[in-house]
Amino acid sequence: MNLEKVVFAFTIIFALTLNIGFFIGEIDNPDHHHVYELYAAIFVNAVATILKFGDRSHMGAVLLASSLVADIQLVAAATVWAYAVYVAETGLTPSTIASIVSLAGGAVVANTISVALLTIETVLLRR
Amino acid sequence: MNSMFFLILRQMRLPLLVLSAVYAVATLGLTLIPGRDPDGNLWYMDFFHAFYFISFMGTTTGFGEIPYPFSGGQRLWALVFIYITVATWIYTIGSLISLLQSESLRNALTHYRFERQVRNLSEPFYLICGYGDTGSKLVAALGTRLMPATVLELRQERLDDLYLSGNPIFMPALRCDASKPDNLVLAGLTHPLCQAVVAITNDNAANLHIAITAKVMNPDLKVICRADSHEVEANMASFGTDYIVDPYDTFAHNLGQVIYAPSQYLLARAFRGQNGDPIPTHLSFPDGRWIICGFGRFGSSLNKEMVDHGLPVQVIEANPTLPDLPADAVIGLGTEAVTLNEADVMNSVGIIAGTHDDSNNLSIMVTALQLNPELFTVVRQNVQANKLLFEHSKANIVMEPSRVVAEHIRTILVNRTIDDFLSLARAHDDTWARVLLKELRELATPGCMPATWEVNINLEEAHAVVRAIEQGRTVRISDLLMDHTDREQGLRCMPLFHTDPRGAFCLPPRETTLEIGDRLLFAGDEWAAFKMKWTLLNSTALWYVMTGEVEPQTSVGRWLNNLRAS
Repeated sequence: MNLEKVVFAFTIIFALTLNIGFFIGEIDNPDHHHVYELYAAIFVNAVATILKFGDRSHMGAVLLASSLVADIQLVAAATVWAYAVYVAETGLTPSTIASIVSLAGGAVVANTISVALLTIETVLLRR
Repeated sequence: MNSMFFLILRQMRLPLLVLSAVYAVATLGLTLIPGRDPDGNLWYMDFFHAFYFISFMGTTTGFGEIPYPFSGGQRLWALVFIYITVATWIYTIGSLISLLQSESLRNALTHYRFERQVRNLSEPFYLICGYGDTGSKLVAALGTRLMPATVLELRQERLDDLYLSGNPIFMPALRCDASKPDNLVLAGLTHPLCQAVVAITNDNAANLHIAITAKVMNPDLKVICRADSHEVEANMASFGTDYIVDPYDTFAHNLGQVIYAPSQYLLARAFRGQNGDPIPTHLSFPDGRWIICGFGRFGSSLNKEMVDHGLPVQVIEANPTLPDLPADAVIGLGTEAVTLNEADVMNSVGIIAGTHDDSNNLSIMVTALQLNPELFTVVRQNVQANKLLFEHSKANIVMEPSRVVAEHIRTILVNRTIDDFLSLARAHDDTWARVLLKELRELATPGCMPATWEVNINLEEAHAVVRAIEQGRTVRISDLLMDHTDREQGLRCMPLFHTDPRGAFCLPPRETTLEIGDRLLFAGDEWAAFKMKWTLLNSTALWYVMTGEVEPQTSVGRWLNNLRAS
């Protein structure tokens, strides 16, 4: 067992689970989507991205790419949130929260790809 | 470039992780600590404002407490994290700066830059390994002819010299071990435009390694090597090194030529020199007893050459255990009058100071001249830095190994045809050479070497001639020797050399017919070279020198011409 691999896999899977946690719920109901969940998802995703830096294999490149996609989706979600509440001052209307959650949904897909790739790599290595 | 980017990313992983963790904790804490708004209501900071506050706090910008004045708890949290974020930033930026300054990254950067410069070379170029005394002379000679070269050298201070030498064209250079195959490939060993590899480092083993690498990686490439010992020479020749230059043998051979064929020697020197150099004057090499001081590689080569030509030689050598040392050799340095007298300097005609120590060589010469002022002196100069000293030493001949090698290689690289011509010329006797020298002297500015230029009969260099031959006309060398503005006037030049499929000829007869693919060498003044280009490239000019008529250029002109003819 390799501690580096544990941390790496942990972060990637944790990024997915946190993201799912935020994503689950009625899409247009603000009560179902808590801001702390989004915050945690963004932080863990950032950590996952940084951990993937410097891996020169092809697998590493795809993992980094999917992580970057998730980052962009989540940051976009957070930006929409901040814009709606503090700039446009419309508050969390159903349409706003729906677009935030759907952006997070895109990040979920990217995270799923990451986890799938990780699983495939592990299976290939272990035979 | 790619690898460098990944290197930076990899090294920056930890600093970036720490930075994001600190920001995450600081932001989270601010949203959890209760505050009071101006009306006294309980108030929690939201993520948007918390992140905004932490961002400007972390960079010590300090816009104040927003949106409301902080509570004691919030201030305590901010107080702790001001120090933590600032320290984290210093750590991150410090890591980045030390990474950018690290030796490995800067090496990667220079290698990458050099690789790109070599890859982008769009003209034929030469790969020069070793930028010592020889290398610098060679690169300077290539530079004046605007021929690019890539340079590999071990010592940084030599490369600084290259950058400061003011070459008219840019020569990519890299500090690295040229005997490593990777570095040779980096410098263009497998580049399609690479013309030749020149191995002139001061390490025999490295030169050998470069030669074998070049022959294995790119068998079609010309390989030119300096070799200081006969074993290495034989080894290099065994795998087909094209040119092996041994400075001592070359010089000994030249000196031998001075003795038995002085005009041949002058001819070779004249053509190996640069344009506009004075034509070397005749050396009267005295016939009689000679003294050679130092029986190393140089001394033994000379000894062999002189004994072969029947000159009596007396050797002085400090080391009595050297192999092949003549039995009658005087043991000693040769710097003291005692040793020189023992070698009978009074009854000798010349002395060769050929040890590997410059001060000793000069001392030998000065002491010998004091004993016998009539001596002919040949002195070996080992270090380029002593050039001035030797110039003032009044020695008849100064032998500098690096110059001998540089001149030889320059002729091979810069003007292949001259080398071919000289090797053919060697077959002729000395009278032939003397007559030719006299003719050459009359061609150019008095006392100076005439310019030499090569003409290839192909579409690029002799468009008009090729067209004329294709139309079935006969073009002779004599046609090219006429002035295209007035064919009664000959150009001040002469053909030296002509190659065609039947063979190569020195001083070809002027009525020789030219064929496509022929190669010619001319000597004459620069103006003649310029005018000859007209005849070679311009059909009207060529037609005029061939027939004495000006061919009409337009349809109307041709029609009128035909009308008049009929």
